[in-house]
Amino acid sequence: MSASTSQALRPDTERGTGPATPQVLRQDRKKNRLVYNIVGLAVFVLMAFPVYWLIISALRPNHEIRSYDQTLWPSSLTLDNFQRAIDQPNFGTAIQSSLIVCGVAVIGGMLLATIAAFAIGRFRFRGRKFFMIVLLVVQLLPPTAMLIPIYIQLNDLGGLNEYWGVIVIYLVSTLPFATWMIRGFIVNIPPELEESAMVDGCSRMGAFWRVTFPLLAPGLAAAAIFSLITAWNEYLLAYVVLQDNDKYTLNVWLMNFTTSRGIDYGALMAASTLIAIPVVAFFLLVQKYMATGLTSGAVKG
Amino acid sequence: MKAADPPVAVARVPERSGSQPPAGGQRKRRKAGALLPYLLIAPAFVAIAAVFVWPLIKTILMSFQDVGRRELWTGEAAPWVGFEQFTNILGDGEFWAVVWRTVIFMVACVVATMGIGLGISMLMQRMDTWVRLLLTAALVAAWSMPLLVATSIFRWFADSDYGVLNMVLTKYLGIDAQGHNWFLDPKQGFLIIGAVVVWGAIPFVAVTLYAALTQVPRELEEAAALDGAGVAGVFRYVTWPVIKPVFQMVATLSVLWDFNIFGQIFLIRGNKPEPEYSVLGIYSFEKAFESNSFSQGAAISLITVLLLSGVAVYYLRQLLKIGEVE
Repeated sequence: MSASTSQALRPDTERGTGPATPQVLRQDRKKNRLVYNIVGLAVFVLMAFPVYWLIISALRPNHEIRSYDQTLWPSSLTLDNFQRAIDQPNFGTAIQSSLIVCGVAVIGGMLLATIAAFAIGRFRFRGRKFFMIVLLVVQLLPPTAMLIPIYIQLNDLGGLNEYWGVIVIYLVSTLPFATWMIRGFIVNIPPELEESAMVDGCSRMGAFWRVTFPLLAPGLAAAAIFSLITAWNEYLLAYVVLQDNDKYTLNVWLMNFTTSRGIDYGALMAASTLIAIPVVAFFLLVQKYMATGLTSGAVKG
Repeated sequence: MKAADPPVAVARVPERSGSQPPAGGQRKRRKAGALLPYLLIAPAFVAIAAVFVWPLIKTILMSFQDVGRRELWTGEAAPWVGFEQFTNILGDGEFWAVVWRTVIFMVACVVATMGIGLGISMLMQRMDTWVRLLLTAALVAAWSMPLLVATSIFRWFADSDYGVLNMVLTKYLGIDAQGHNWFLDPKQGFLIIGAVVVWGAIPFVAVTLYAALTQVPRELEEAAALDGAGVAGVFRYVTWPVIKPVFQMVATLSVLWDFNIFGQIFLIRGNKPEPEYSVLGIYSFEKAFESNSFSQGAAISLITVLLLSGVAVYYLRQLLKIGEVE
């Protein structure tokens, strides 16, 4: 599982290339492969188990969950837990809140991010590098440290317990990464396309909106999904700022699941599954961009 | 995203649009062209200044004031108290205990994450494709789990009565853990919390390092082995130099993330962590929102930011060095 294990297993392969006959070599390699595969499967089980347990606990009957003799495999499947989760008060309003907050924040964020990314992707101007470094630096600020002043500021502006307070913060929190990401897509679109549109009489912005913007669609979709996941997963600001039960976002609703006397784990797992499903689905769409995230440059040396 | 973006021709374009009109008009256009990028970044810049930079300044101001519940409700100006908040905090033994706890927990999590992540990535290079695909699927699934959901799962794992952890220990490993409460002893509690953190962080590390490992030329490794380099030698002199920049970057990010740990502890302790579970983030949050001493909380946040600024600068220098900011 650790680095040393996999390395310790390697000498056989390497030594096999030396004096050993091809026959032995092949068997040796095969044996190593088998060991690696077995270790790999063990890691797979460890990494996948929490997800498996989430789904299984959501689907198994409650008497199995409240049992001192837990089994790794459910005897029967049921949707009761989902029913109980949905029947919790404020589930409907929580969905509504989450959709409003995340939707508005993402659309607004994409608009600002696209035009800013266009500026740093297509123009060279004084302060450009400074702006780009600002985009990176603010992503490193600890969110919990920002929480207190933001709370005070929203309080002064009357933004506590209002959607707009949360929306503004979500919008701007996703802005740096989205700008950075969209810029990456913009610089990969040849500027000649815009230039020829301008020769044909388009204005600078007209050329961007008519030529580059449509080509940017996949990149924008990816950036929007990232922003959406970030906003959807946020819980702390919403927990602190939104105080009315019917304004809770889904995450705050889920957090309050656990405070009632005794935890209904079946319903909690069902609710968690419901909240995770859209995230996982969207995540799969953009996973390949994620892997080339902040470190892509380093990989290329 | 791609750092190898070619240094594309950028600002030459605006001139061309104004080649026909008379000189006066041209100059005006050029001026407008020069202003355009500033107009374009203005909304984002203002937004970021308002939501990131101003709160940072506000944090600094608040740490020298005494903002409590009264100031919050009445809108009265808070009194200035100089360095009182800082002397109070730095003179408090509990604060130093919290700092220590944070540092130790961070180091443990980073070492575990990077070690296991590197191990998995090297393993992925050597296993059959079908196993790798399975493992990748599990990594992506773990990666995409929202923190809130991941924490709920691990909390359910560690439940003293019905948790699967106690069941497995009792039934399969012969340790009597029936009814064992993992959170009574913070050492054990932090083990569970560390598991959430590491489980959630491994996918990013493993996938990124795996991508880096695919850049290591196979022939070089083989040649080094033929020339008599041992496994450690091959790793030290061939593999490591190639993956080093990525490893450093990921490790630095992990340090930043794990030092700022908050949600996993906060959520696993049912939104009310006991004092033994305080790390800097929690400590500052509780001072502000439980004790209503917002200035104390702000001062602790400020200290946290200062402690981390060195790491952040190091990370930025790495990014600049590889030409990510071009």
